[in-house]
Amino acid sequence: AEVEETLKRIQGHKGVIATMVINAEGIPIRTTLDNSATLQYAGLLHQLTMKARSTVRDIDPQNDLTFLRIRSKKHEIMIAPDKEYLLIVVQNPCE
Amino acid sequence: GHPEIFPLVFTTKTQEIFDCRVLEDVTEENCFKLIKKEDIIQDLKTRAAISDFHPVKKVVLEYPGEELLVVFDAKFQYGQNFYLVASEEAKENLLKPPESNKENKEEKEEVEEKEENGEATPEVHPYKPPVRKPWVSLGSEKEVEEESVKDAVAKIKYMISRVRRKFGAPITFTDRNASHVNDSYLECTSYQDKAFSIKKLEKNVGIQMVPKVREASTQTKWTYPKNAATQYFPRQLSNEEKEESLSSKQLKEFFTSVHLRMEVALQQNEIMNAFFDDWKALAEDESSSGGKPDVYLKAYHSFTDLLYLKDRTISCVCWHPTIYGIIAVSARGPLYYEEQANLSDKSLLQQSVILFWSFFDPIHPQLMLECPEDIYCFQFSPSDPNIIAGGCINGQVVLWDISQHEEKLQNAKPDDDAMKMTAVNTVNASFLNVLQYNWMSGGKRGEVRTQVIQDSSIESPLVRYCAVSSIQYSHKKPVTDIHWLPDYSEDSQTGATFESRPGVRTQLVTCSPDSSILFWDIPATKLLEQPSSEKVREEEIFDIPLDVPDTLNPLDLCWKPLIKINLVESDTNTEYSPVRISLRELHYHYKISEKVQSLNTEVPVKESPYTEMSTPSSKNLKTLQNISTSFFVGTEDGEIVYSDWKMEMDSDPAKPVSQKHTQKHTIHTETINTLQRSPFFKDIVLSIGGRNFALWKEGVTTGPILQSSCSAGRYTAGQWSLTRPGVFFIGRDDGIIDIWDLLKKTYEPSHFQNISESMITFISPCIASPKQHLAVSDYLGVLHVLEICQTLSKASKNEHANVLDYFEREVKYLK
Repeated sequence: AEVEETLKRIQGHKGVIATMVINAEGIPIRTTLDNSATLQYAGLLHQLTMKARSTVRDIDPQNDLTFLRIRSKKHEIMIAPDKEYLLIVVQNPCE
Repeated sequence: GHPEIFPLVFTTKTQEIFDCRVLEDVTEENCFKLIKKEDIIQDLKTRAAISDFHPVKKVVLEYPGEELLVVFDAKFQYGQNFYLVASEEAKENLLKPPESNKENKEEKEEVEEKEENGEATPEVHPYKPPVRKPWVSLGSEKEVEEESVKDAVAKIKYMISRVRRKFGAPITFTDRNASHVNDSYLECTSYQDKAFSIKKLEKNVGIQMVPKVREASTQTKWTYPKNAATQYFPRQLSNEEKEESLSSKQLKEFFTSVHLRMEVALQQNEIMNAFFDDWKALAEDESSSGGKPDVYLKAYHSFTDLLYLKDRTISCVCWHPTIYGIIAVSARGPLYYEEQANLSDKSLLQQSVILFWSFFDPIHPQLMLECPEDIYCFQFSPSDPNIIAGGCINGQVVLWDISQHEEKLQNAKPDDDAMKMTAVNTVNASFLNVLQYNWMSGGKRGEVRTQVIQDSSIESPLVRYCAVSSIQYSHKKPVTDIHWLPDYSEDSQTGATFESRPGVRTQLVTCSPDSSILFWDIPATKLLEQPSSEKVREEEIFDIPLDVPDTLNPLDLCWKPLIKINLVESDTNTEYSPVRISLRELHYHYKISEKVQSLNTEVPVKESPYTEMSTPSSKNLKTLQNISTSFFVGTEDGEIVYSDWKMEMDSDPAKPVSQKHTQKHTIHTETINTLQRSPFFKDIVLSIGGRNFALWKEGVTTGPILQSSCSAGRYTAGQWSLTRPGVFFIGRDDGIIDIWDLLKKTYEPSHFQNISESMITFISPCIASPKQHLAVSDYLGVLHVLEICQTLSKASKNEHANVLDYFEREVKYLK
């Protein structure tokens, strides 16, 4: 229930296009996009997050990745990684 | 035989003498009797001739031993009853071997007995190793001796030695002239020695063949199998697993830890765009507000055809929606049409056509569509650019299908070699034409080429129309406006309107000054030819059953409209004569993609509002909400009518449907020649007629939100710009195009440019390429294609918002 609420709140932000929750293996758990797009995002972003995290930790083993933001021409993809899950939000920042 | 055995006859006397009486002294078993030699000799002496030993006297005398063996021969083996063994050896043999034989015999008998008795216990003979026997030569030694090779001569050995200390000693060489000293070198030449000759003998040599064995090794590359795996299916969780993970504790913790970060990031984005490039934005603003002085329309191309457009004007110009560089032009007789028609000798030339021009070939039209009559207006179908609908001067509606020529249009290549001309053979095969051409290349090169035309085999294909409406059901006056509509249908029971094939436009609306608006549906054969994944909606429009899908003839003159709307003002019962019509969602977004749009791909219809229509349909389709049934009509008298109609529940097709309308405005003094909705704002309509134009907003009933003052020239054509929300082009009767920019000035055009000498009949912008084009047709039948400069084509960032603001302000002022 709290999970639902939080997700709804995030989804309700201005400009948010899609929200996804991915598990540690890259399998989507919860999504607001259609299936094929979700799978695509999940696979690609999961790998990217792993790479980013390993990069950060390689440079400094005490460090860890907390947030990843990819800004593109059309929108911004924000990824919040955690130990077991990944929260991905796609937002269109321009009004 | 046995040379030692001498058979003897022993008489009884002899037997008594020697005690070898038969059956007494000697028996069969005991047959041996040893008699002394002396006794025999004495017997011989005493009885000389009658002694039984007489025949063997010699033998006895020679007998070496002392005792002679006499054997009783019971069986007369040797012929007599006794025999004498003459030799010691034999005697021994006879005496002993029987004994040894006896022994062996006994053994053998034992063995035989045993064997005969039974083979119950085979006795294992103890292994006796082969006893070495003395070599018995059988003569092979000699052969070996003969064959073996032995050195005949002993080998001579030489041993050459050198003192140890001389090995490795330094060498000293001295020079010596070879020719000087006599004995510097010795020669030992060979010569043939006559005294000595060696005979070559044949020598036997023993050879043994042995296979030569050699060991070798090599190292090869060992490819070892390795497992590899590929994932071809994305991993997904089942719904239960998803539910499970959603409700898991870890997810809750995850969210509590993560959502704060995410919200911060989202808010950051909302507050400010961090990547906004102020510098760049400044530059853009500058350019739009400062105003570059040179706003211009650059002449790009100019098309004309002396054959088909002679003494004709262009009534309508349309760009091909998907293929870049193709523009279609319809021609009709000028206003003094009736006079023209009387000139019979020109009737052959005046075949009404719609010409397709390509940028790459300014001289030959790419395609020509045959028209039954002059076409007043035509449109490409937005969903299938191969279908073209046109309205004729006599009120008929014509359809063409150019799918066969689509390839050709797409492959229209640039043709620099402009020496050829086409010969006309459409109507009359023997009709030859020699014309002269003037091709002006838009001011770039300034050349004027006049060429003599030879007839060649290249001609533009003429496409016959595939459907034409029936005359009695069409308009009575020229069809002045024609538009495509999305495909709608209505469930007769519920009265709701559905879009049966979203994106597929198969319906037309036409209006004509005979005060009627007709809605048409594309004939079903056309629908069959279009590969649509959905079922063709069957309408009983045609009386003739369409069981011959490919022939087009049954459709000629049989096409009836679906709905007819009479524009009659209910109060005063005056009829309107609409010249232009504008329905709500008439601005189509053509999906310009690399491949030609086919009906298999659904074009997404972006606009949501729809008009309601009543057509019987038995299918249950998806309901549409928010249907608006209003439309704008511009009339011949210069009135703008904003009307609405309500559908009767059981109205039949082709029956006039009455409607009530809400407003009419008379702003313009002359016929409305343009009534167009803005491509950016659905509720803003531009109307042009006479000497002024007006902007209307749907829903604002008090009047136009902008009305221009009387201009110098009469306005004859106009179009909104497709890229800039506040810009539109208006053509005048003196060949000048006014460019109005609402953000700059609203009381006069921001720019005007002279395009041609005669009246401008039609303007059509095109955004198919990065350079935008504006097609302008004039009264003399020349089509000018102009390039729109960048300031006119590129919208600035806030233009949309600014124009919207402007409109809203205007609306407020009205109130």
